[in-house]
Amino acid sequence: MAQKQAPRLDLPWRDARPGGVVIESGNSETYVTGTWRSMRPVRDMEQCTQCLLCWIMCPDAAITVQDGKVAAFDYDHCKGCGICAEECPVNIKQPHSVTGQLGKVIQMIPETDAE
Amino acid sequence: MVKSKYMPLDGANAVSQAMRQINPHVVAAYPITPQTAVVQNFSQYVADGIVDTEFVPVESEHAAMSACVGASAAGARVMTATAANGLALMWEMLYIAAGMRLPIVLTVVNRALSAPLNIHCDHSDSMGARDAGWIHFYAETGQEAYDNTIKAIRVAEHPDIQLPVMSCQDGFITGHGVERVGLLPDEAVKEFVGTYEPKYALLDTDHPVTMGAWDFTDYYFEHKRQQNEVLNNCLPIIEAVSKDFEQLSGRDQSIVDCFGMDDAEIAIVVLSSAAGTTRAVVRELRAKGIKAGVVKPRLFRPFPAQQIVDAVKNCKAVAVLDRAISFGAMAGCGPLFLDLTSALFNLGVQLPVVDYIYGLGGRDTMPSDIESAFADLQKIADTGTRGELVRYLGLRG
Repeated sequence: MAQKQAPRLDLPWRDARPGGVVIESGNSETYVTGTWRSMRPVRDMEQCTQCLLCWIMCPDAAITVQDGKVAAFDYDHCKGCGICAEECPVNIKQPHSVTGQLGKVIQMIPETDAE
Repeated sequence: MVKSKYMPLDGANAVSQAMRQINPHVVAAYPITPQTAVVQNFSQYVADGIVDTEFVPVESEHAAMSACVGASAAGARVMTATAANGLALMWEMLYIAAGMRLPIVLTVVNRALSAPLNIHCDHSDSMGARDAGWIHFYAETGQEAYDNTIKAIRVAEHPDIQLPVMSCQDGFITGHGVERVGLLPDEAVKEFVGTYEPKYALLDTDHPVTMGAWDFTDYYFEHKRQQNEVLNNCLPIIEAVSKDFEQLSGRDQSIVDCFGMDDAEIAIVVLSSAAGTTRAVVRELRAKGIKAGVVKPRLFRPFPAQQIVDAVKNCKAVAVLDRAISFGAMAGCGPLFLDLTSALFNLGVQLPVVDYIYGLGGRDTMPSDIESAFADLQKIADTGTRGELVRYLGLRG
């Protein structure tokens, strides 16, 4: 995939494109929205069944998939909405690898507790 | 100059004739009195195959302006019409049309806003929309409504403007009043408005663009500054378009129409049809040796501040006639008064100005009302005492 050019955020008002028209396609990818997140989703990879429901449900396409399997969260774009944790259908048998709690494969932790 | 064909038309019909000649790509509209005749006549042209327009009969005015925004973003030349509460229902989309820099032309047949329910003329509808970022024309007659509609296309679509235009006329008074209206030949109008060539169009698939996208703390301010810049600087372009139309039609198109102002000591500033009544009174007063005058701006946004101030600066007393109230403004004055007095102050001209609220909800404004205002002005000019800031014409005391 070609490297996307990030829109310049420092143009003087005279140089901004009138009406906010965007002529570069797909540049929302370069707009980092992960900083809005207050809660972070974390996954127990060992206990994940790879059902891909989180990937289907994520409204920001922030769950990356490689070779048909969930690879990671894209924390540059995940806004922490928690839909993935809500939709995750798998009740784990062992304590979660990140939180140490029982519950779902995907759980939400405060962003301040994340590394 | 080309020869106009004169015929008896009401103002609404005159506008629908202009729309027929302009033959826009898309018209999306919803009927509301007293605008109905505009769209009714035009939809007949669509049904009869006289125009090529895609007519979208939407379910509300909000939908009408939304459809116009979509069609204009797609690259079409777009027109619509509304009045009163219909314009109020468009509110959200008015700002979006201006912010997206879409050159939509909207005919407004001015009518009072409810409540209480009233279908007759005043300017509370379009005056309420004065800060939406549109260009606003006001017409005294059906003829001016026709002329302004055609000019509006060229103004809106000018590459250095790219803003929507509202072309207003007085509901019933000119909207339904039959008068002598000169129509230009179809070909002349077609040539005058030319072909719309949008800089960006959603249907231009060779050059894909996104419109109306996210514009956060990083650029929204810059885009608003640009809108301000356009409105601050577009007056010379509007004047040039008006000059072109004047040469084509042979009809005066001055941005600020003055009568008796060369030596006027007392003057009235007024928009739309009441300017005609005022001019008739001024003629009578001048026959009696009273140096009266009338100033009629054809344009309210952008406000032709310098031109109006130049016209009235040598007067001894000036009255503004406002057909709308800016509720809660100083002494409950009207929007034209607010703009004019701020222009006078900021251009360093000091003279006594009073505001007359008149004609709300279609209340008749008779020559005797205008005469009484001039009599008040004469008193102010003679005594140098301004008195009450805001007054009411034709209100039962």
